[in-house]
Amino acid sequence: MTLVVDCILLALLAGVGVAVWRSRDLLTSVALFSIYSLLCAALFTLLEAPDVAVTEAAVGAGFSTMLMLAAISAVGRSERRRRRPPLIAAAVVITAAGCLAWGVAAAPPFGQPDAAPHVHVAPFYLQDTPEAIGIPNVVTAVLASYRGFDTLGEVAVIFTAGIGVLTLLRTPKRRGSERAATQGRKVQASATVFVGPDHVVPRVVGKVLLPGILMYGLFIQFHGEFGPGGGFAAGVLLATGFALYTLLFGVRRARQVAPAHVVETIAAAGLLVFLGVGVVTVVLGGSFLDYDEFGEGPAGQQLGILLVELGVGAAVGAVMIAVFSAFAVFATRYRAR
Amino acid sequence: MELIGHVLVLCGAVFVLIGAVGIIRFPDVFSRMHAAGITDGLGAALVLLGLSLAEGFSTSSARMALIVAFIWCTSPTACHALARSALTAGLTPRTTPTPKEPDRR
Repeated sequence: MTLVVDCILLALLAGVGVAVWRSRDLLTSVALFSIYSLLCAALFTLLEAPDVAVTEAAVGAGFSTMLMLAAISAVGRSERRRRRPPLIAAAVVITAAGCLAWGVAAAPPFGQPDAAPHVHVAPFYLQDTPEAIGIPNVVTAVLASYRGFDTLGEVAVIFTAGIGVLTLLRTPKRRGSERAATQGRKVQASATVFVGPDHVVPRVVGKVLLPGILMYGLFIQFHGEFGPGGGFAAGVLLATGFALYTLLFGVRRARQVAPAHVVETIAAAGLLVFLGVGVVTVVLGGSFLDYDEFGEGPAGQQLGILLVELGVGAAVGAVMIAVFSAFAVFATRYRAR
Repeated sequence: MELIGHVLVLCGAVFVLIGAVGIIRFPDVFSRMHAAGITDGLGAALVLLGLSLAEGFSTSSARMALIVAFIWCTSPTACHALARSALTAGLTPRTTPTPKEPDRR
């Protein structure tokens, strides 16, 4: 039965991919990408990976769709007409897809019990986690404790990506003479409001739902040890809440709620907390990110996991809020004609 | 109780199908939005309610009831925002039948 649902979802995925390729309208492509991400989230749930499914649904179907829409509002809706077919791009894509298919075909069949990961690594994690770490969600245990170094790399990657986006999208401060010239254009500040003050229904519903959204983000953050969730999904959910506020009330009011320098400081602080945990364990005498220095057995491990997940959530959430604010300001300044 | 739950899930699936057919077949942006609202508001809600009845009352059924409440708050708001932006873009609801209609039986 699961096989039938899997096949249907994969066929829909392929159909959406073909539709994205064939559509000339970029807005249609963005909507189809959002559907693609939702189908992927459904597939991840069927593959029994709810942590990944929650994060994929929040990032793909929610956040990246908003970023792409902001980019389209600045760039324009239609694709540039090509004069000749893109042969080099087609060759690269077909070669890469062929290599991927060849590599996947060489892997053991899906779910085979005596494949290498199921025999060596997975039983060790499943048996060792209840005694050594004591939390029910083995995925969080692996992510934050056994493979904490990899997770540190992921947070550093996200932080670097945020720096890159902000560098590209941030407009430089105007010089003094130009500042005098732009004073007359203060009326354009209303252009930063996407939804006007007379749009009562979205604003009221948004205001009523926002505390629930933010509370749910915090719940996912701290419940990640017991159920699906963890720092990444929580950061994305909190950022989505702030993005909703920005869309409803304008960039200026959102900047008052979450000023740019505060958000960037929190992003850096998240990464620093993660690194700091490692440094503290080294100072206490153990190796980098060895949570046993915090205390014997599960208590020390759980304290380490809590601190590290807080760092992850803060860094991811703040980076995404900063990126979205940069995109929003960029979209309002460079509206496509 | 389980039987009622499964019947509700089936009804929800039927409403999702009706909504999908409506999105494809309706001639006008605003009527298509109306059909999409049925997919969210009635289809997904019935499926979730049916699942929560089939499961029995537990934390997951309470969670599903909360999700249904959330969907009932957000989906009409999204339809409203969409209709509003369509009006701002200059589209008006179609009040006359489409030219092809007199040709049908």
